[in-house]
Amino acid sequence: MLRFLSRRLLVAIPTMFLVVTLAFFMMRAAPGSPFINERQMTPEVQKVVEAKYGFDRPLYEQYGRYLADVVRGDFGPSLKYRDKSVLDILGENYRVSLWLGLSAILLASIIGVFLGVIAALRQNRSIDYATMAVAILGVCIPTFVTAPLLVLTFGSILGWLPLAGWGWTKVAGIEFPSWKNMILPVTVLALPQIAIISRLVRAGMIEVLRSNYVRTARAKGLPESLIVRKHALRAAILPLVSYLGPACAGLLTGSLVVEQIFNLPGLGKFFVISALQRDYTVVMGMVIFYAALILILNLIADMLYAALDPRVRLS
Amino acid sequence: MSVSAFTPGSSDRDQLMQQAVKGRSLWDDARRRLLRNKAAVASMIVLATLVVIALLGPFFVPYAYDTVTKTDVWATPGTRGHLLGADSLGRDLLARLFAGLGVSLGIGVVATAVSLIIGVAWGAFAGYIGGKVDEVMMRVVDTLYSLPFIFFVILLMVVFGKNIFLIFLAIGAVEWLTMARIVRGQTLSLKQKEFIEAARAAGLTTPAIILRHIVPNLLGPVVVYVTLTIPAIIIAESFLSFLGLGVQAPMASLGTLISNGAKDMEMAPWLLIWPSATMVVTLMAFNFIGDGLRDAIDPKDR
Repeated sequence: MLRFLSRRLLVAIPTMFLVVTLAFFMMRAAPGSPFINERQMTPEVQKVVEAKYGFDRPLYEQYGRYLADVVRGDFGPSLKYRDKSVLDILGENYRVSLWLGLSAILLASIIGVFLGVIAALRQNRSIDYATMAVAILGVCIPTFVTAPLLVLTFGSILGWLPLAGWGWTKVAGIEFPSWKNMILPVTVLALPQIAIISRLVRAGMIEVLRSNYVRTARAKGLPESLIVRKHALRAAILPLVSYLGPACAGLLTGSLVVEQIFNLPGLGKFFVISALQRDYTVVMGMVIFYAALILILNLIADMLYAALDPRVRLS
Repeated sequence: MSVSAFTPGSSDRDQLMQQAVKGRSLWDDARRRLLRNKAAVASMIVLATLVVIALLGPFFVPYAYDTVTKTDVWATPGTRGHLLGADSLGRDLLARLFAGLGVSLGIGVVATAVSLIIGVAWGAFAGYIGGKVDEVMMRVVDTLYSLPFIFFVILLMVVFGKNIFLIFLAIGAVEWLTMARIVRGQTLSLKQKEFIEAARAAGLTTPAIILRHIVPNLLGPVVVYVTLTIPAIIIAESFLSFLGLGVQAPMASLGTLISNGAKDMEMAPWLLIWPSATMVVTLMAFNFIGDGLRDAIDPKDR
């Protein structure tokens, strides 16, 4: 396990290095100075400002310094928000995204596994076809289509749920998001994942139900429900575990759209705003943060997979 | 069917004999299987219709996609000569839908071509050369794979301006990775085959072998993946357009239409519903064709 972990971390280092390098040089390749949009500055003032951020140094020196800063966990100051570092901004905005992402993945896993198992147990019957039709729809309809359509239906026409926004409510001293604001964004985020997970679980389940050990369990006379729960399900949801890494990457992309549409104060919305405002250091920092997050989540998913499946040896 | 087919000496029988002798190639088989797949055939008809609409539709609408008619602002569907209504600037939705469909399909095809060229070249070369070169090239792919690409694409758009060619390039450059992996895997198994050995014995150079013997034999899996890449690229472009980073006004793509429709949906729901429906139908058609092709070309996966 330890060897696997160190090997994977060794592979992760060049990836992160590439991310930082690409991010840095794209930022510097941008035409014009990031300060050009601000109030009219005399050339002298602009020089002072640029010197403050180290923009007057040679490029390789800036690159080296940025690299060293990032290794130490310092992503630099925001170019647009005075007195705020990139880390401050990440810290202020991550909570909404975290709530959204975790709720969506949880919901998608539960519903996806349920639908997949049902479809597999009733293979080639109407409920199987219905589930798989829904799954195809879920894969085909992108979030930026489902989100406005759901808002139109449940927000504008039926008026059941708020159109947008986010609220916190305190329960026992801990802040929870208000569930009414959560329903639509979480549903939108979860739908494509439900589709993929239910297909994965269905395929896994069908294969497992044909395997020898399930036949043995049946031969012993165990009730079918017990076989499904205790024997088949455990093996059938394994593909789901290794899918969780890519799923999180999908959720991150989806959150860009969802937070935009529902006007939620999360990282995704902030990323787009910062990109449009050309707040380069913030955008760089967030790209690096996202990349690291995806790498770590993939690593966790792989380790979990190995821990759950005794047939897999990490090497 | 008729008795005459079994009458000795009849011309029908000769015909039958000839048919029996004629072998079925792999592609004949694949076509047969594909044509038996109802969803795929229906999707091909739908897709062909969509392409024709995107190409010819604009000639049958009395408005251009960017004609602003002040008196027609928010015209409801079917009024004032706007079959599908008009938007906040009084532009005809049908005309914009046709134009947007064309742009989305066009970007899908061009960006897929970009990804196809890079992916096939990279994968075939790595797979055929093998050894250390292969390892390094595939490690590059692995590394790029773990990058959050959509964020880089957003960055690219912001930094270098919102340029339609850049969209092609950026999306195509992202999508070649899977293609490279598929092609490499296929090449690895192909290069063990006798006909490659024969080509080498005949003195062909490596590029010639890759180009003339490896690449044509990769067609099956590549075709399948292409039909799945086009919708992925249409989604990616629409995603960028939705965030305001894709195709720029007054030009339209399905993504910009959905994005604009979402802004005005309470005022004019048709502006959201028609582009969304078009998008979903297009994507589903591609997906069914892709699934059908995979089942037809690679029957062991069924």
